[in-house]
Amino acid sequence: MWSLILKRIGVGLVTVVAVSFIIFAGTKILPGDAAQIQLGQNATVENLAAMRAEMGLDKPYLIQYFTWAGNFITGDLGSSLASDVPLTQLIADRYQNTVMVAVLTALIGVPISLLMGILAAMFPGSAYDRVLTFVSVSLVASPEFLTATLLVLLFVLGMGIGTAVVVGSTEGKGFFSLISHFALPITTLSFVIASQLIRMSRAAVLNVMSSPYIEMAILKGVPRHRIIFRHALLNSIGPIVNVVALNLAYLVTGVIVVEVYFGYPGLATLIVQGVQSRDFVMVQGLGMIFCLTYVILMLIADVAAYASNPRLRHPK
Amino acid sequence: MALDKSHSDVVFQAKDLRISAFREDGAELPIVKGVDFKVRRGEVVALIGESGSGKTTISLSSLGYCKPGLEFSGGEAILLGNDVTKMTTDELRPSRGVNVAYLAQSAAATFNPSITINEQVTEAPVLHGTKTQAEANQKALALYRALELPDPENIGKRYPHQVSGGQLQRLMAAMALCGDPSLLVLDEPTTALDVTTQIEVLKAFKHVIKEEGAAAIYVTHDLAVVAQIADHIVVLYNGEVKEAGPTEIIINRPQHPYTKRLMAAIKPLPEPGQSDGNSDHMDDTPALEVYGVDAGYGKKSDGQPAVKVLRDINISIDKGRTVGIIGESGCGKSTLARVMAGLLPASSGETVLNGQTLPRALQQRSRDQLRQVQFVYQMADTALNPRQRIIDILSRPMEFYKQLNGKTKRAAVEELLGLVELPPQFAERYPHELSGGQKQRVNLARALAAKPDVVLCDEVTSALDTIVGANVIELLTRLQKETGVSFVFISHDLSTVASFADEIVVLYAGRVAEQGPTDQVLAPPYHPYTKLLIGSVPETRVGWLEEASQTREAKSGAAGAVQLAEVGCAFTKRCPIAIMGTCDRIDPPRRLDAQGHIIECHRELAEL
Repeated sequence: MWSLILKRIGVGLVTVVAVSFIIFAGTKILPGDAAQIQLGQNATVENLAAMRAEMGLDKPYLIQYFTWAGNFITGDLGSSLASDVPLTQLIADRYQNTVMVAVLTALIGVPISLLMGILAAMFPGSAYDRVLTFVSVSLVASPEFLTATLLVLLFVLGMGIGTAVVVGSTEGKGFFSLISHFALPITTLSFVIASQLIRMSRAAVLNVMSSPYIEMAILKGVPRHRIIFRHALLNSIGPIVNVVALNLAYLVTGVIVVEVYFGYPGLATLIVQGVQSRDFVMVQGLGMIFCLTYVILMLIADVAAYASNPRLRHPK
Repeated sequence: MALDKSHSDVVFQAKDLRISAFREDGAELPIVKGVDFKVRRGEVVALIGESGSGKTTISLSSLGYCKPGLEFSGGEAILLGNDVTKMTTDELRPSRGVNVAYLAQSAAATFNPSITINEQVTEAPVLHGTKTQAEANQKALALYRALELPDPENIGKRYPHQVSGGQLQRLMAAMALCGDPSLLVLDEPTTALDVTTQIEVLKAFKHVIKEEGAAAIYVTHDLAVVAQIADHIVVLYNGEVKEAGPTEIIINRPQHPYTKRLMAAIKPLPEPGQSDGNSDHMDDTPALEVYGVDAGYGKKSDGQPAVKVLRDINISIDKGRTVGIIGESGCGKSTLARVMAGLLPASSGETVLNGQTLPRALQQRSRDQLRQVQFVYQMADTALNPRQRIIDILSRPMEFYKQLNGKTKRAAVEELLGLVELPPQFAERYPHELSGGQKQRVNLARALAAKPDVVLCDEVTSALDTIVGANVIELLTRLQKETGVSFVFISHDLSTVASFADEIVVLYAGRVAEQGPTDQVLAPPYHPYTKLLIGSVPETRVGWLEEASQTREAKSGAAGAVQLAEVGCAFTKRCPIAIMGTCDRIDPPRRLDAQGHIIECHRELAEL
């Protein structure tokens, strides 16, 4: 199993390197370069050449790549072209918001969704199962801004609870005041990830439920809840952790609509700003951070799936 | 659960029991049509019949359980005085696993792969509160000892994949017996096992059933097994009882025509003189030959396989002849077929087809070379695409190899169906609308569609009932006479091979133990492994099990499972006449007698 995990880490590293190539190449393919953007209207031929020499843009691409990658590894993401502030500093503020919302959503949304899916698998074809299927399909079909708008209409305008715009510092707040601070974004995101998690956990458990060892458990007189939670769930962890990891990665990197809608600054908004202002350094840096988030989460999911498989955990 | 012990010693009774399948449109399809029988304390009652006879469905009724889609539709199933057909799942639960316990056909599928063995064995009595965990552990340990499992103190801490198939089958018996049930339901518990393992498991079952004083319902289609273990036999056909009575009487003096047919379909014991044995095809070049073939899985840096399964295999198959390949599971039988087909390229050696050396890998063989060697898989269920009609399944190879057009397609498919004795209307059906035997015929027809010279049959009758299997063998014999095709027939069932093959290759752990014309292999001198296999084929007579398990071969043969050996003879550990210091260190010499009969053994032919 350890060799398998090492192999998996190796695959992860290769992915990161491959993505770094693509991100670097992508910013080079686009017209214009960092020197041009920095100088803007003042770009004379001499100024440009001087600026490029200063930024190292006159060197071969390969050397530029290794300089950039080397700096990234040591934690130096460079400075924003737009504001000349170190990127690490820009990200630090935003990262807190994004990670906070992601973690809170994961803590609340993931267990509830999984439990709902597993309950549906316990009583397939029941009224509860049908209603849940209908609701989860509706949720996956409705875009985030619609869900968010409906939630604001219902809670803020209808019942007068919470705020439609998330403002203020999160510093010094406890767990529950943080939840109320981010209540609406968390709810919106939970709805978004819930549908996939519910459907996947239901399918994974149902898939195992048709196995002969489940029939054996029934014939041994094992009650239904124990069949699900002791006999079936252990064998369906693999597919479930993968969907959980994918959804967590989405929470960190892809929540642009929710961030903009509720007006709190996060990473997804930052990368969009970077693209708009043609801030190559920022796009590169954030691209790599998003890539690392995905790779690490998927690595954890795969290791968890290995660990749940007794054939790998206890070889012959 | 009021136990009505005073009433009688009847543990279970079916009274006019009826079970039906209900289709989605509400139509009722009777499966069990009014069955009556009794099981008394300390008695083993066998339910025998072909697949579709309702024997499993009836046996499960004693637990008050119907497979999804089935329902009780009349009569009673009385377990310890209570009619379980009228009880709800919640009422039944306390009784399951404690009053009545079930053993399924495949232990490998019945054990949860993610839970340790001991927890699964002790689960029912602990859950139902009839034993504390400590008491259940103690009982389990006693059962592991009684079932002669290796390392009984620690085997429970393992996961199911960490023990062998035969051990798992015995552990399932421990799981069933741990709750001290009054009734055991055994559903074909030895059918999936090798004959050598079957003896061990049967012996263990018989021993614990006697010791625990439990009653049992034993479901099987194998009369030879029934003769060893049952006190009473109930013969079922199409959901009805055809004949019932004590084992001695049913086996020796069957009355009902169906029972007589079942008895007639029992394969004769593997003895010389069964195959037709005419050797007048010898003038031609052989259809298929393999020379010095080594093969295995994984890859080392020097191009040799990491795990070498086959070593130095030499086989020659004449045109229109059959070579049987036999051995226990794990001996490399299927690997050899895969090498012949090119699915697994050999690491050294040659495969020669009609005098032409074939490229080792499938990808390098020409379309015509591919056509000449066809493969038939064991499980017709999984080998046939469930979403294709039979006409599509059969016409695909013809289009691929012979550029058949649409008009002649239908006629060609119908001709093929005729060849395997199926009506032409079957062309429009889907595989699930066919019975197991019919599916196997389609599976065979698909291989024949390419008009091959050699057909590799991998355990094609193993999943079939006795009568259906015998019909398939008859069909193969006829096809061979009509088309002149050669068969490589792989099976773990020596009786089937003996009745059908012209030549037998006995494989053990990837090496040839013995090889030669069928009559020679089945007559002395024997390789010790061949002797073990022949002695393990169950005979349909009461008392055989006790005699067979006392032989020298059976006692030492029970010592272990098939294990590959880098040096020396792999059979050493299980061999009653092994020469320590020689057999385990030096590869056995190949001893050849005048009739082309080869035995690989350190002992002289005269000693065997």
